Amino acid sequence: MFRIAAIRAIEALIALLLMSIVIFLLSRVTGDPVALLLGDGATEADKIKLTQDLGLDQPIIAQYLTFLSNALAGDFGRSVTAGNQPALHLIMARLPASLSLAGVALAFTMVVGILFGVIAAVRHNSIIDFAARLIALIGQSVPSFWLGIVLMYVFAVQLGWLPTSGYGQWQHYVLPAATLGLFTLAAITRLVRSSMLEALGSEYIKLARVKGLSERVVIWKHALVNSLIPVVTFMGTFFAVMITGAVIVETVFSWPGIGRLAYESILARDFPVVQAVVLVITSLFIIANLLVDILYVVIDPRMRSRG
Amino acid sequence: MTVSETLPLLDIRSLSVRLGAGPGSPALIESIDLKFRAGETLGLVGESGSGKTTLGMALLRLLPPLLNRGLSGQMLYQGEDIAQMDQAGLTRIRGGEISMILQDPMASLNPIFTIGNQLKEGLRLHATQNGSLEERAIAALESVRIPSPKARLHNHPHQMSGGMRQRVVGAISLTRAPRLLIADEPTTSLDVTIQYQFLELLKDLQKRASMAMLFITHDFGVVAKMCDRVAVMYAGQIVEQGPVREIFRHPKHWYTSALLDSVPTLDQALDRLPTISGSPPAVAARPQGCRFHPRCPNARAKCLETPPIAEIAPAHDVRCWFPLDGKRGAA
Amino acid sequence: MVDTSSHVRRSGGGIGAIYRFWKSLDWPLRIALALLLVFVLVAVLGPWITPHDPLKGYLRARLLPPAWRDGGDWSYVFGTDRLGRDILSRIIAGARISLTVCVLVIAIAGVLGTMIGTVAGYFGGWCDRVLMRLVDLALSFPVILLALLLAAISGPSFTNIIIVISLTLWSQYARMARGETLKIRNEDYVDLARTSGLSDLAIIRRHILPNIAPALIVIATLQVGIVIVLEASLSFLGVGVPPPAPSWGSMVADGRSYIASAWWLCMMPGSAIVITVMAVNLLGDALADRINPALRGRNI
Repeated sequence: MFRIAAIRAIEALIALLLMSIVIFLLSRVTGDPVALLLGDGATEADKIKLTQDLGLDQPIIAQYLTFLSNALAGDFGRSVTAGNQPALHLIMARLPASLSLAGVALAFTMVVGILFGVIAAVRHNSIIDFAARLIALIGQSVPSFWLGIVLMYVFAVQLGWLPTSGYGQWQHYVLPAATLGLFTLAAITRLVRSSMLEALGSEYIKLARVKGLSERVVIWKHALVNSLIPVVTFMGTFFAVMITGAVIVETVFSWPGIGRLAYESILARDFPVVQAVVLVITSLFIIANLLVDILYVVIDPRMRSRG
Repeated sequence: MTVSETLPLLDIRSLSVRLGAGPGSPALIESIDLKFRAGETLGLVGESGSGKTTLGMALLRLLPPLLNRGLSGQMLYQGEDIAQMDQAGLTRIRGGEISMILQDPMASLNPIFTIGNQLKEGLRLHATQNGSLEERAIAALESVRIPSPKARLHNHPHQMSGGMRQRVVGAISLTRAPRLLIADEPTTSLDVTIQYQFLELLKDLQKRASMAMLFITHDFGVVAKMCDRVAVMYAGQIVEQGPVREIFRHPKHWYTSALLDSVPTLDQALDRLPTISGSPPAVAARPQGCRFHPRCPNARAKCLETPPIAEIAPAHDVRCWFPLDGKRGAA
Repeated sequence: MVDTSSHVRRSGGGIGAIYRFWKSLDWPLRIALALLLVFVLVAVLGPWITPHDPLKGYLRARLLPPAWRDGGDWSYVFGTDRLGRDILSRIIAGARISLTVCVLVIAIAGVLGTMIGTVAGYFGGWCDRVLMRLVDLALSFPVILLALLLAAISGPSFTNIIIVISLTLWSQYARMARGETLKIRNEDYVDLARTSGLSDLAIIRRHILPNIAPALIVIATLQVGIVIVLEASLSFLGVGVPPPAPSWGSMVADGRSYIASAWWLCMMPGSAIVITVMAVNLLGDALADRINPALRGRNI
C-alpha cells in the first residue's frame, strides 16, 4: 500500500514538473514578456534593460531553472498592476475565500447528491427517481454562468431574499455555492444512482438480505460503500469542475477568490499574476488528485494487494 | 407413513410468480405445492429456465420488485404466511429460520468488507450463544473447516480461493442456525473435487444441525447423493415428486425419465447418451395443456388439456395423463 | 424493446427506416430530436435566414423588449440589445458558431484521442502506462486555466478556443478507445491477421477501428453538450470567441449588467444554450443506452 502511495507521489511530482515546463514555455515562447510588461510606449533602451533584468538574454534552459527555483521559493514575480505586490501575496490573500466557497459547495453536493442517488435507486422508477433524473439532466445542461445570473435575478433582485454579492456572512454563500455545486450535484446523483442500481442487483446484496440484515444496513452499508468507489474515482474530475466553475461563479457573484483574481488579471494583462494563479491551482489540483488516488486505495481493499 | 402425519415445517400452497401483478401476466412458476418436514432434504431438479431459482428466491421474498408484485399463493412457515409478511417479519425469518446459499458464491461476498465483518453481522443478530463475537466467528469458520480461522477473519474476499470463499458463504448462511437451508446450485461454479468436498461438508453440517434443505440443482447425480425426496420442475410447474429411490427406479413422468436417461453413468459410453429433443419453452410461449407435450414421445390429443396432479403411489405425485409404467433401466 | 444496435447503422435506409426509428422514440426524445434538427438547420442556413444583420446595431431600436411585451416590435421578435442589434439574428449566428466549434473540436479531439487510445491498448506495456497516466491527468485538468493562460498571452481567438477545448476532451476518447481495443486485441481474427503478416497499422485500421467505432460515437454524442457549454463559458469570460462575433456566451455576458432592466438580453441566449444542450444530452443518453448501457451515468 505504501508502495502504491510512493509511486503515485513520484508521478505527481513528475506531473508538477511537466506542468511547470508547459507553463514556462507558454509564457516565454508564445508571448513576449517584455512587450507584455512594458506596454506600447516603451523605448528600445527600456526593452534591452528589462530583457537583461529578466534574464531573457540567457539560454532557455538557464531561464527555466531560474524560473523553477524562484517558483519553489514562492517567488512568482510581481504584479504589474496591483501596486507591484508579489503575485503570491495576492493569491494567498484570496485563497481562503475560494477554498471556503468550494468546500461549502462540495459538502452540499456530496450530501445531497448521495442521498438523492441512493433514494432514487432504492425507489427505482418512482417520482423521486424521476426528479433525480430530471435534476441530473438540468444540472448537466445549464451552464453555471447563466444559472448564477438567473438565481441572482430571482432570489436577490426580484425576491430580495439573498444578497446579490459580497462575502462574509452565511447568506453570501447560498447562491454562489448552489451555482457552483449544481453540475457536480447532477454528476454525483447520476453516478450514485447508477452504481447503486448495479449494487442492489448484486449477489452480495442478496446474501446480506439472506442473513436477515435490516434494509437500512443492506442499503446504507453494503450497497452504498460499494457505490461510492466510482464517486471517489471521479473526485479529481469534480475538483477540476469546481475550479473551472469557481472562475465563472466568482466572476458572476464578485466573490473575492483566486478565480476572480485570475479573471481580473487577464483583463488587466497582468501576466505574472495569471501565471502564478495557474501554477498554484495546478499544484493544488495535482495534490488533490494524489490524495484521491490514495483514498481510492484505502477504500477499495482489492487495490491494496496489487503491487 | 408416520413421517407425513407430522406438521410440515414449510407448506407451500398454489404458489405462483408472475411478471407483474395482473392475473394475465405470464407466470415464471405456477401452482406450486410442496411440503417440507423438519430435517428432510428435498431436491428440486429441472433444466435452466424451469423456475427453480425463482421458487428459491420467492421463499425468502428476494424476488425483484416486478416479480414480487406478481407473487400469489401461500408459503406457510410453521403456520405463518411468508407471502404476506412485512419487512420486520422477513428480517426475522431470513437467516434465523430460513437461509440460503446463493448460486454464485464467488460474487456473494461483499468485496469491501472483511470476512470477519460479514460473519459478525449475522452473529450479532443471533444472541443466544455464549462466547464473544470474535470467538463465535472463529468457531463458525472452524465449522466449515477453514484452516487458521483467526487470521482469515481479517482477510478480504479477493484474498481467498473459490472453494474457500464458498465455505465462508456457507458459514455466513448458517450462523443463525436456520431450520431450513435453500442451496441454489451451490457447486456449479467450482471444479469437481472441490464440489465433492463441499457437498460432503454440507451434508455433515445438515446432519449435525438437523435442518431441512431445499437443494436446487440440474444434476440428478447430486440429488442421489444428497436428497431424501425429489421434485422435478418443468416450465414453471412441478411435474413429479416423490422419494428419491422411488423416482429413480419408477419415474412416472416422461420428462423425469428423459432427464434420468441423460445422466451419464459409468457403464454408458458418452457418445450414446440420449438427450431430450427440443428445448424448454420460453416463459411467454409455454404451450397449452401439458407443458411437456411438444417434446414428449408419448403425446396424444388428451395432452392438450391440463393434467391434474395425482398421487400415483404412496407420497409419489405426478402431473401426466399417461404416466409411465414399469421399471426404468430395463432397456 | 426495439432491436438495440440498429439505429446508428440504419442511417441510409430510406423513408421507412426513418419512420421506424421515429416510432421507436418516446415523446421527450422526439422533441429533443426535433430541437436538434432545428439547431443544425438554423446553424447551417444562418446567414440566409437572419432577419437583420447580427453585427449591425440600429441606435434608434436600442433595448427593445421581445415582441409580445409592451413596446415590443414584431420585426425584432426577441428584442434588441444595448447597441440595437437584433437578438434573434444574433442567436441564429451564435448557433453557427456553436456548431462550428462542436464539429471542429470533436473531430480534432476524436482523432487525437482515438489514435492515442488505440496505440496504448494495442501495444500495451510501458507505452500504455505512460499514455494512460497522461490521460488521467488530462481527464481532470481544469481547462479554463489553459484558456486563461492562452488568452493572457495571445488574446482570445477562435483558434485558441478550439485548441483549448480539444485538449480537454481528447482524453475521454483515448480512455474508451484503449478499453475497447484491449477487449478485442486478442480475438482470433486479430491474431489471424497478425500471423498472416498484416502490419500493425493495417490491423488497427481494418480490424480494430471499425469495432470500437460505436463506443466512440457515443462519446462524441455525449460531448456535444459539453462543448457547447465550454465554448459559451469561455466566451462569457471573454477568453473564447472574440467580439463582435455573437457567441451565446458573450451575449449573456453583454446582458449581465442589464439583468434588472432588460432581462431578455441574458434570458434569450441563455435559454438557447439550455434548450440545445438539454436536447443533445437527452439524445446522447438514449444513444448510449442503446449502444452500450454500461456507459450510462459513467460519463461526466
